[in-house]
Amino acid sequence: MPFYVSPEQSMRDKADYARKGIARGRSCVALKYAGGILMVAPNPSRALHKISEIYDRIAFAAVGRYNEYENLRKAGVTYADITGYQYDRVDVTARGIANWYAQALGTIFTESNKPFEVEIVVAEIGRQSSDDQIYRITFDGSVSDEPGFVAFGGQADQVSTALKERYRDGLSLAEAFGAALAALAAPSNGEQRPDVVAAQLEVAVLDRARDHRTFRRIRAARLEELIGEVRAADQKAAEAAKAAEEAEAAEAAQTPAEPESADSGPSVGPDAAGTDRGSGLDDGGDTPSSPL
Amino acid sequence: MGSYFDGSQSDPFRPFGGEDGGSGRMRGAGVPGSGPAAGFMDRQGSSFADFLASYSPDLLPGRMAPSSGVPAGDAGGQVLRDLPHATTIVAATCEHGVVLAGDRRATSGSMIAKRDVDKVFRSDEYSAIGYSGTGSMGMDVIRAFQVELEHYEKMEGRSLSLEGKANRLAWMVRGNLAAAMQGFIVVPLFVGYDEDVDRGRIFSYDPLGGPYEEHRFYSIGSGSVFARGSLKKLFSDDMPARDAVLACVQALYDAADDDSATGGPDLTRRIFPVIATVTADGYRRLSEAESEDYAEQVVQGRMSAPDGPQAPLRNAG
Repeated sequence: MPFYVSPEQSMRDKADYARKGIARGRSCVALKYAGGILMVAPNPSRALHKISEIYDRIAFAAVGRYNEYENLRKAGVTYADITGYQYDRVDVTARGIANWYAQALGTIFTESNKPFEVEIVVAEIGRQSSDDQIYRITFDGSVSDEPGFVAFGGQADQVSTALKERYRDGLSLAEAFGAALAALAAPSNGEQRPDVVAAQLEVAVLDRARDHRTFRRIRAARLEELIGEVRAADQKAAEAAKAAEEAEAAEAAQTPAEPESADSGPSVGPDAAGTDRGSGLDDGGDTPSSPL
Repeated sequence: MGSYFDGSQSDPFRPFGGEDGGSGRMRGAGVPGSGPAAGFMDRQGSSFADFLASYSPDLLPGRMAPSSGVPAGDAGGQVLRDLPHATTIVAATCEHGVVLAGDRRATSGSMIAKRDVDKVFRSDEYSAIGYSGTGSMGMDVIRAFQVELEHYEKMEGRSLSLEGKANRLAWMVRGNLAAAMQGFIVVPLFVGYDEDVDRGRIFSYDPLGGPYEEHRFYSIGSGSVFARGSLKKLFSDDMPARDAVLACVQALYDAADDDSATGGPDLTRRIFPVIATVTADGYRRLSEAESEDYAEQVVQGRMSAPDGPQAPLRNAG
């Protein structure tokens, strides 16, 4: 070790190190839906969780180095249980926990030789959708309040952009799940699309309809069901899009011919109505689309 | 790049990060010196009560009892007699589960301190707990126990076994011993559904701990003597849940009949025993309407037979 390292250099090195570590992993998404908050992470392990319960209406999701965020998770659960026990259960808030994480991660980043390579999301559901909150805490203790949805870890920017296109207020669970899967597949878009298998996903919700502890994991049969719903919805959307295109083509074929510019795209004509327009959404014909 | 962890590993049970010997720069992965919250990192073990013992022992039930003891002389005894006491809890196994029921009265000396005390609680999804003794102390122990079970489940990702839960409760009762010796007694009755054997099980305690497994049925509190006698004649093995509930309500009625500290059903104010069942479907507290229904059945029966259903004198056959 050199005798002296400039603080800027040291901080920059730590930040780069942490960012690289986080980017190396897979992305995770959290988003609001009509009934609460949904969290999805690619995770082939059944025993090691990225998404967990912290308290009655509060959940924890993380990416990065497992033993580090597991440590933080346990500390968060401890903090929540202590607060709820000392005061009352309703006095435990995501904001308080997020602030605690910010303090802990900030101190670790500044004072520790190696920063934690983690990014954490703390989510809370309220009585109604407008009261739901999602906080993101980065490796250096910065907290941000994310409206509606967040993607973090891995290729977060790409996933976030894809998620933004599909997110809107008041999604159903299946719609939200579809949006999450599509967003998670975004980094590999155009190339081989990974086949979505229940065993490769970790899915959980904070479900407003439940009493007391609202955190619920979705797995096995229920998860297969949900994936099936998403596939069906995607196929319907693809067929609708195809039908719309064919109707458009048929309509265009019936209007009087207009001078076409040189680059007017695929030719329109009586024979165009039935061809596959290559919309990129489906394989055409009867094969089920592979939307994910 | 140096090692991730330097020599000064923080002691997991120390509220602040480990002392750094002055260097100020090299620290372990605990949260060094950042205030009381630092103690939450690097948890060893998943027990909430154990953690409280190191983090903030004052929060443990039983630790707040005045260490110098109750004032000498009758003034002290009077303080204890005036604390609200809680009184009869009954438990009975049934088909694939167990019933737990408690009366609603808390007495303070000869006065009724409260008419609608809840003494039966859900400890977690497959277990329930009732208590007798000092009201406020009992609430503390139960609250701490509920958090203990939930905390373990969240930390470990699985629930404790039923015996594990019973043992943890014994530990917490033992932790209340100092207070108990000054008169702040808490004695719980713990029941749960054990999925390994598809049966309900009952565990009792004494002020020092336990647990003692009880078979078939049990009762605690000042009216327990009468309740147990009543259940002796009414209970049968593997009763359907609704019969076990009725037997429990009869037993509570008999306890209230002979013990002034146990309250019977209050028909005018519509205050009835708290009744809970724990089965494979989990804990369920009967609604007010359901409790009222059972209580009314019992009371109607007592209109013509005040001492309750008469047991046959000789066994059949």
